[in-house]
Amino acid sequence: MVSGIPPFERFYESYKGEVLAFLRRRAGRDRADDLFQETFLRALRAYNRLEHGEHLRAWVLTIATNAVVDAARRERPTSELSVEPAGEDERPPLEELAPLTDDLPPKERAAVVLRYGYDLDYDTIGAALGSNEQAARQAASAGVRRLRKEKEQR
Amino acid sequence: MNAVPTILDERFRTAAAASGELDVAYDVLDDTPVGPLLVGVSERGLCRVGFDPEPDAELERLARSFGPRVLRSPKALDGVRRELDEYFAGRRHAFDLEFDLRATPEFHRRVLAELNRVEYGHTTTYGALAAQVGAPRAARAVGTVMNRNPLPIILPCHRVVGANGSLTGYGGGLDRKEWLLRLEGALL
Repeated sequence: MVSGIPPFERFYESYKGEVLAFLRRRAGRDRADDLFQETFLRALRAYNRLEHGEHLRAWVLTIATNAVVDAARRERPTSELSVEPAGEDERPPLEELAPLTDDLPPKERAAVVLRYGYDLDYDTIGAALGSNEQAARQAASAGVRRLRKEKEQR
Repeated sequence: MNAVPTILDERFRTAAAASGELDVAYDVLDDTPVGPLLVGVSERGLCRVGFDPEPDAELERLARSFGPRVLRSPKALDGVRRELDEYFAGRRHAFDLEFDLRATPEFHRRVLAELNRVEYGHTTTYGALAAQVGAPRAARAVGTVMNRNPLPIILPCHRVVGANGSLTGYGGGLDRKEWLLRLEGALL
């Protein structure tokens, strides 16, 4: 066993309540049940490739975020939403944000979604992305710039 | 903390075992005649029976031996639970289960294979087992193997007694050893 990684049971028990609450907020009660299972099955598949047991909360919330994003993409392959992820004070709900960020490079997309969709601080986002606070901040702001540009071109 | 509905929780635990991604699926059988039992299976077979009702240390050990994806998944233990129930009810005299002993050292495996031939209701001695694996002076080492048996009850170390017939010792405590031998009619 890689040191510091708890048995999956401990990890699951620690975060299952928070993950379900998160999914219900972001995807609605009906869809949250399926996404709950999807999130933890994805986590299970990746669990034995973890290199350490730090930031497991940010890690599982990133997985949950991606599960929501993927489900939204499946349901609405061509989005006609016109939500602008502008200033930090107007945070669009993730359901609306998710399809808009589809075309972003993965790191920018994750940073934008975690920052504006889930309200994580840059330190945590950096950890979830395997980089640092500065890189997370840059990725989010590059993502937002790209989204603005795309919107103008539409 | 937000409660996860039982049905959702159980559904995930069952799906996790069915996905084939678990290193060990386990459950705690709360009300057996010998107290709570933790039982674990890997893809290869039964890998743990433990008497410790507090599973924390047990989970850490399983994770070290088999991998970190250790999850309670009662459904995956249905077969094991059924056979144990039958055994405790006196209706089953032999277990029909695959074993996963990959975390057990080679000498231990040899002794346990020999132990597995000791039949229901019979007893043997540490010295006799030692002789059967070709190490007649290793009675004490055989005692250690019994003490670290990863699958007590199933691999019947309770059927091993001292040369003078005394119960000697048991990893799960002498009370349990005595109970199991009485169940099997080996003790009056």
